[in-house]
Amino acid sequence: MIQRTTDITVGLFMLAGLAALLFLALQVSGLSPKSAKSTYTIYADFNDTGGITPRGRVSMAGVTVGSIDSITLNKETFQARVAMSIHGDVDNIPADSAAVIRTSGLLGEQYIDISIGGEMDSLQPGDTFYSTQSAMNIERLISNFASGK
Amino acid sequence: MIDRIASLGRSGADVVISIGRAGRFLAGVLSGVPRPVTGFPLLMKQLYSVGVLSLAIIVVSGLFIGMVLGLQGYTILSDFGSEAAIGQMIALTLVRELGPVVTALLFAGRAGSALTAEIGLMKATEQLSSMEMMGVDPLRRVIAPRLWAGFIAMPILAIIFSMVGIWGGMLVGVEWLGVFEGSYWGNMQASVDFWDDVVNGIIKSVVFGFVCAWIAVYQGYDCVPTSAGISSATTKTVVYSSLAVLGLDFVLTAVMFGNF
Repeated sequence: MIQRTTDITVGLFMLAGLAALLFLALQVSGLSPKSAKSTYTIYADFNDTGGITPRGRVSMAGVTVGSIDSITLNKETFQARVAMSIHGDVDNIPADSAAVIRTSGLLGEQYIDISIGGEMDSLQPGDTFYSTQSAMNIERLISNFASGK
Repeated sequence: MIDRIASLGRSGADVVISIGRAGRFLAGVLSGVPRPVTGFPLLMKQLYSVGVLSLAIIVVSGLFIGMVLGLQGYTILSDFGSEAAIGQMIALTLVRELGPVVTALLFAGRAGSALTAEIGLMKATEQLSSMEMMGVDPLRRVIAPRLWAGFIAMPILAIIFSMVGIWGGMLVGVEWLGVFEGSYWGNMQASVDFWDDVVNGIIKSVVFGFVCAWIAVYQGYDCVPTSAGISSATTKTVVYSSLAVLGLDFVLTAVMFGNF
């Protein structure tokens, strides 16, 4: 009988641990099984990536539609090649859309904003953005202003 | 002068010898695989005394640490007008660092010292040697279930600690100080990654649980079988476990999060 009570309390303890893990996974880290599996990758080449980092946000009209996978240097063109994974249900990005690096707020984190084009065809998995706009560099802006260009 | 150098060398050799003995002891415990049928009730009993009975202190400390983090974080973050980031600060601090580390320190104080004292007293009253006389392997019967219990219970306790802490932070931040609840959870979900943050924290607590349980049972098994010996072994358990946890925490953090 004592053994049985022990077993039951230990079982409850284990279940409490499992519930807590579930809480950390779903409520704290926002892991949802749907968004984890269906994403597709598209690429963009930037002259200057500024401060974007892997795991950063990719948004469209302010809504987060994906995240940045990796940032590598293309050694032939000396541009940065950014791979981003877009949620699978956003599968109709017009092919002439542009990827723009923006800053949230004046000094906030940088993210990639997809500004929508007008073409009927949409970007397929593995495609590269035709036009991009690099990060705004405040120092360059100020030096341009100071030198009167 | 010569005597001093000699005693320095002797104490150095003693440390190396005791580490070697601890390693051999661990190999002895792990090589005797617990029998599934007879070993299971023993493991359950230890999980109860090591895990379930530690739950109260873990829950209460987690709650208070989460609440303190909420208060302190709010005071600092509101200077920059970014008190909405309080959720991500509390969650990352707890999941990555404080959850595993504070749980391990409490675990060493609450369960580790009890394990050492229990095994030490068994040794002092010659229960261990009488088991050997009866042909029962004390490593398998007494030590192995306690080691495994610490190993299993510690990650569960750390997860519960983090959860209660995040909830406590919400009590202070959202209910008391008036941070918007949506931004508390939203900022948290945007910045906490399940694999990079939560799972790495769990890996940390698995390592800490193993080290704490190992130190506790080894100190008990290796103690001088007198009352003074048991008391010094219990002290050593808490001191060594705490130092090992804090030192290993730095190493693990550098490996997991230090890829700049």
